[in-house]
Amino acid sequence: MKGRLFTKKEWDKALRELSKSQKIFVPAKEKDFHNFTVLDNNMEPDFDFQNTRLSPKSIVFPQSERMFEYTLDETSPDAHILKEAPKDFPPQAVVGIRPCDAHAFQIVNVNFDNPEYKDPWWVRRYRATTFVGLGCNEPCSTCFCTSVGGGPFSEKGLDILLHDLGDRFLAKAITEKGIEFLDKIGSGKEASEQTLKKAALEAEAALGKISSSVPTDRLKEKTEIELFDAPFWEKIAFPCINCGTCTYLCPTCWCFDIQDEVFRKEGDRIRNWDSCMFPLFTLHGSGHNPREKKVQRVRQRFMHKLKYYVDKYGNGVACVGCGRCVQFCPVNIDIREVFELMNGY
Amino acid sequence: MLEYTAKIREIARGLLEKGTVDVFIGYRKGSVPMMNEPVLVTDPAQTDVLHWDSHCGLNLCNYLTKRTDRIGIVANGCNSRNIVTHIIENQVKREQLYIVGIPCTGMIDHRAVKRAVNGKEIKGVQENKDTFLVIGKDFEEKFAKKDFLQDNCSVCRHRNPVEYDEMVAEPVEEQEAEDVFADVKTIEKMSPSEKQDFFTQLISSCIRCYACRNVCPLCYCPTCFVDESQPQWVGKSIDPVDTMTFHLLRAFHCAGRCTDCGACERVCPVAIPVRQFTKKLNKDTLELFQWEAGLTLEQRPALDVYRVDDYNDFIL
Amino acid sequence: MENPYLPYPVRIEKIITETEDRNLKTFTFSFINPEHEKKFSYLPGQFAELSIAGKGEIPIGIASSPTEKGYLTFTVNKVGLVTSHLHNMKEGETMGIRGPLGNFYPWEQMQGKNIVIIGGGFAFTTLRSSIIYMLHPENRNKYEDITVVYGARTPGMLLYKQELEEWEKRDDINMHITVDATQDPTWKYNIGFVPTITEQKIKTADNAIAIVCGPPIMIKFTQPVLEKIGFPPERIILSLEMRMKCGIGLCGRCNIGDKYVCKDGPVFSLAQLRDMPPEY
Repeated sequence: MKGRLFTKKEWDKALRELSKSQKIFVPAKEKDFHNFTVLDNNMEPDFDFQNTRLSPKSIVFPQSERMFEYTLDETSPDAHILKEAPKDFPPQAVVGIRPCDAHAFQIVNVNFDNPEYKDPWWVRRYRATTFVGLGCNEPCSTCFCTSVGGGPFSEKGLDILLHDLGDRFLAKAITEKGIEFLDKIGSGKEASEQTLKKAALEAEAALGKISSSVPTDRLKEKTEIELFDAPFWEKIAFPCINCGTCTYLCPTCWCFDIQDEVFRKEGDRIRNWDSCMFPLFTLHGSGHNPREKKVQRVRQRFMHKLKYYVDKYGNGVACVGCGRCVQFCPVNIDIREVFELMNGY
Repeated sequence: MLEYTAKIREIARGLLEKGTVDVFIGYRKGSVPMMNEPVLVTDPAQTDVLHWDSHCGLNLCNYLTKRTDRIGIVANGCNSRNIVTHIIENQVKREQLYIVGIPCTGMIDHRAVKRAVNGKEIKGVQENKDTFLVIGKDFEEKFAKKDFLQDNCSVCRHRNPVEYDEMVAEPVEEQEAEDVFADVKTIEKMSPSEKQDFFTQLISSCIRCYACRNVCPLCYCPTCFVDESQPQWVGKSIDPVDTMTFHLLRAFHCAGRCTDCGACERVCPVAIPVRQFTKKLNKDTLELFQWEAGLTLEQRPALDVYRVDDYNDFIL
Repeated sequence: MENPYLPYPVRIEKIITETEDRNLKTFTFSFINPEHEKKFSYLPGQFAELSIAGKGEIPIGIASSPTEKGYLTFTVNKVGLVTSHLHNMKEGETMGIRGPLGNFYPWEQMQGKNIVIIGGGFAFTTLRSSIIYMLHPENRNKYEDITVVYGARTPGMLLYKQELEEWEKRDDINMHITVDATQDPTWKYNIGFVPTITEQKIKTADNAIAIVCGPPIMIKFTQPVLEKIGFPPERIILSLEMRMKCGIGLCGRCNIGDKYVCKDGPVFSLAQLRDMPPEY
């Protein structure tokens, strides 16, 4: 099967039918922007968007997640003993995810799924998710996916890639999971050679519409210490207000905090997104803080994404060029500028 | 306001060349439409990066906290009032500062502009006196600035700087705002359960990024109350009650100090109108204590001093 | 799927207050489920996350040696939320332990060598583990001379005072115990900072490996002394501290450069540290 063609109405109907038996995340309008939401009868998906405000990472990695539960009631035999919060990981799908965000999951995967330790929640949820991507016919002017190993129609991290052909969707299965998903969807018809060709040409044209690029070729050359000691960090860091906007919107940021919360005699251990931008991030119990100055934290973020990750995994940079931080950093710190400075140093 | 840019550059260059200041803080043109980036200039030859337009909606006073050098800084009405508050609160000394006063005609609400072009991607915005041109991939549209002022700018009654060493232009006429607190009054009329629903809905998309808190010049506590652990006042998850606690308490910490500069609302990545919290407190402070923050260096803030005739109806 | 965040339930068997300011206590734990003790197989140098339901977790170096069967020992300094609560707990109470985590001292590399151990203050915990491990009859002949320099601010601040005295009496280990200062006339050991005593007592770096554990200031001044004696950076071993949460290299908090202190460390040689950005 080369590709399956659906009218947009057919696709919507099929998704709604499937959403009765599994969770399907689709982009939907929320105030002035889009976010991935669970498809149900009370909302309309909107595939006519450039990208969602928040990345879909919360589909696999929720911002707050219960890890364990416990009782502090001394009369219980299990008092003070942590038990896994009961959860299940039924199959789910995200439809309309952009190739950059899907690529991001692959980048984060090497952190949570490694030979020594596996994060039981992230890994199981990732494996239960089918990624149905939507190629970008009109990339944003802040997108630079092609410079960092991606592209508007890149298949990395996707099980199915959709082409928006105006009045119809062309769905191409890339993996076994993708084929299974299309089988579950059922409807649609086999795409003709002509349609496939048209889609391929549009994908090719989209590549040409990427107007922003960053240099990455020399990031491996310098040592960590050389880049660490570079003189440009003060200048980059000056406007930073150390909020968490970049880290929370970023599809490849994965740092988290673990907190215990108790109400009367019952409690949970919870995992929350955390940000290396916050001053508390590295504060020792003794009061010592290796990154007490703003410039150290700003440097850490960019060094981690563009250098430490490169050295540690040999998997390219931990950035997919989605452009969210460029658009929404409150003070307009532009990561593309940092790429230039680091690569050119 | 575009003509201010040349004057700012000239003044900054002079100050740095003469050594009147060690550094100059201003804006440089942003890399995306409707954004500008705060910049610190130390070299007189670099002052050409300085820029001013109707997208300078952050609050540069935020960068003054606890600095010990001599600083030149641009400040419009609200920013200058925050500088006054900063001085009164001992975060910076008046002698350290050379304030370049900007008579401000208001900032453009970038979200309103995006709505006006139906969410189509904006490639560039060109300002021209009272109008601005929005350029997209296949469209160009002109708008009048007065129709797109940020909410706080449209009701601003202190557009001219209150404290300055030099002005870049003649003062502008102050606005007579119809009803500055119209939105607050709407909420005040609600029943308690309606208010509960209203505010719960307002912060429902909050992701606890703290952009609003960090961009605010008033929030300079070494350890914010949300970051305390002994005791822990607020949980760190996105639990709605914890999130509401953060917003409410932060607003109260700004009571009597907030100048309604709008930076908090501007920077929220999920477009929460956070000024709905602080505006109420500004209204109360004005009505109960006849106090507006930062208008003069000569008076301590209302919540800082005790007057015999202070509002005390709440004391039973 | 195994859950690396789930602690093993343990019982507090014994609590000893170590120091005169009462800020350091040694806790001895036993596993409530004997199966878990088998799984918790460790070597000196490693740490574990002590977990208290309702409060949180703290990464603490393991002070007991794997040769001490049936229990685990940790010495904990009272600094914050979790440690304060732990200090108020009683023998018999239940909590959790996750581990063993991190890497251990380079025991293979250390075989056949003279071992120089330098410790300061309450960072001596994993060094206690190391000493007991090496002195164990099964292990002693794997290592040549063992020399220990251990100092604290005052005699009352030394850890494991009884064991220090016992080791002092042995002839298969050279102890040089010191304090920064004291007015105690019964003090029979050295007086002087750890770097100074190190310089006095360690004469050669021949076939020797130095393990250094202590507060940053002590390490800062001991390092040049060791280098002067002739220790190359590959044979100076340090154990670092860092704020941690998951302890298993997933949460991203404890990195120095591209290394996680909880997973690639906390034991690093000075040679390795020289290649890492100085952010600790």
